Amino acid sequence: MMTNPVGRITQGQFSYLPDLSDAEISLQIEYGLSKGHAWSVEYTDDPHPRNTYWEMFGLPMFDFEDAAGIMMELQNCRKAFPRHYIRLMAFDSTRGVESIVMSFIVNRPKDEPGFGLTRQEAHGRTIRYTVHSYATDRP
Amino acid sequence: MAAPLYQIPGQQAPSPDQRQAPSPGAPADAPAAAANGTGERTVAEVLAKSQAGEGLDELERDLVGLAPVKSRIRDIAALLVIDKLRMNLGLQAHAPSLHMSFTGNPGTGKTTVAMRMAEILRGLGFVRKGHLVAVTRDDLVGQYIGHTAPKTKEVLEKAMGGVLFIDEAYYLYRPENERDYGQEAIEILLQVMESRRDDLVVILAGYKDRMDAFFRSNPGMSSRIAHHLDFPDYPTGDLLRIADKMLEQQNYRFGPGARTAFAEYLVRRIPQPHFANARSVRNALDRARLRQASRLFADQDRVFAADDLSTIAESDIRASRVFEIAAAHLRTEGV
Repeated sequence: MMTNPVGRITQGQFSYLPDLSDAEISLQIEYGLSKGHAWSVEYTDDPHPRNTYWEMFGLPMFDFEDAAGIMMELQNCRKAFPRHYIRLMAFDSTRGVESIVMSFIVNRPKDEPGFGLTRQEAHGRTIRYTVHSYATDRP
Repeated sequence: MAAPLYQIPGQQAPSPDQRQAPSPGAPADAPAAAANGTGERTVAEVLAKSQAGEGLDELERDLVGLAPVKSRIRDIAALLVIDKLRMNLGLQAHAPSLHMSFTGNPGTGKTTVAMRMAEILRGLGFVRKGHLVAVTRDDLVGQYIGHTAPKTKEVLEKAMGGVLFIDEAYYLYRPENERDYGQEAIEILLQVMESRRDDLVVILAGYKDRMDAFFRSNPGMSSRIAHHLDFPDYPTGDLLRIADKMLEQQNYRFGPGARTAFAEYLVRRIPQPHFANARSVRNALDRARLRQASRLFADQDRVFAADDLSTIAESDIRASRVFEIAAAHLRTEGV
């Protein structure tokens, strides 16, 4: 069984690595752009694994040629939401793919409260379990 | 045996070889190599390494006339090359300000040169991608409060790593309407031009007199632009050579006497209103092609050789309205 002793959210690419530096992030963006992907910035305060759709920070950035523009947008998002989770996603518009092909977290809160297991007693002696993210307790 | 199965993120600095572990397609040491340079010592080496020399030659070959513009661009390219040499020797070379303004009458090649400029700058490594984003007022200025800033920012972000070409830039500022949103776009533009100097090059273009008025009312803009290039009008000889080039590109050629006729046409056309240099030449040639087509169309049973189909005859050009007007003018003056 996988354990996660430091309680960091591990979603998307590179999430088991130390946080990427800005230079490394722009290299990743550059790679995505070289494949013709469109990047977008999304943020959320609830890192629950079932929370698939995060809030969009602006529209997806089509027709960008250089990582500097996307980094600028990311900096704006970091300034606006310093204590949120922020991720970058690359959309591949190739016919038949047409979905997100890269996604990684580029900003996380200083302390990540993690998740708790909530038990609910149902009929009989059944127990139902829910994963609850502590981050949503204190908005 | 105590070696952990996984590394706890953020616990210890990864050893250098782990840091090198390639993430998809992104060599982590690429910027370092670019910054150190690979040690070119002569101008020829720098030019050989980049495609800038090619770009300059092409500029010389493909564009007719424009001597002052060409010499200025050569100067800029020379500065960039020397800066590169200085950087290789570890001398201070702070990124030069490359924002430019192109002023000149319609059809004098401002957009064409801007396109070439992007290629040259990319060749020398002063913009990373060398794409050209051409915009006008519509793309920068919004229609209601709060619409302008995101619009301008998006355009600027798109142009990062390349060249932003703002055509008819004087439309950004409308002095007659003090609540015009153009001012907001100008302010954002100025800020980015200053702070993101190594990420993008802004080229403003427009007619001379109106651009001068624009710069007078926005002194900040004028002082942030290092290179003011003025595009002169073409003399008739240059226009003729441009016509030759255009026809050659389209696989046409002048028939006997047609070139002289076209020269006469130009002499009569230039003083008339709305003359737009190379653009007018192109339009005139397009109309001549129309006339040639309908002349050939009338011969329904004739078998055409390639030569017939690609020759613009003298009559095709003489049929222009410009000759009639000029003739009528002479007649009235003669009487």
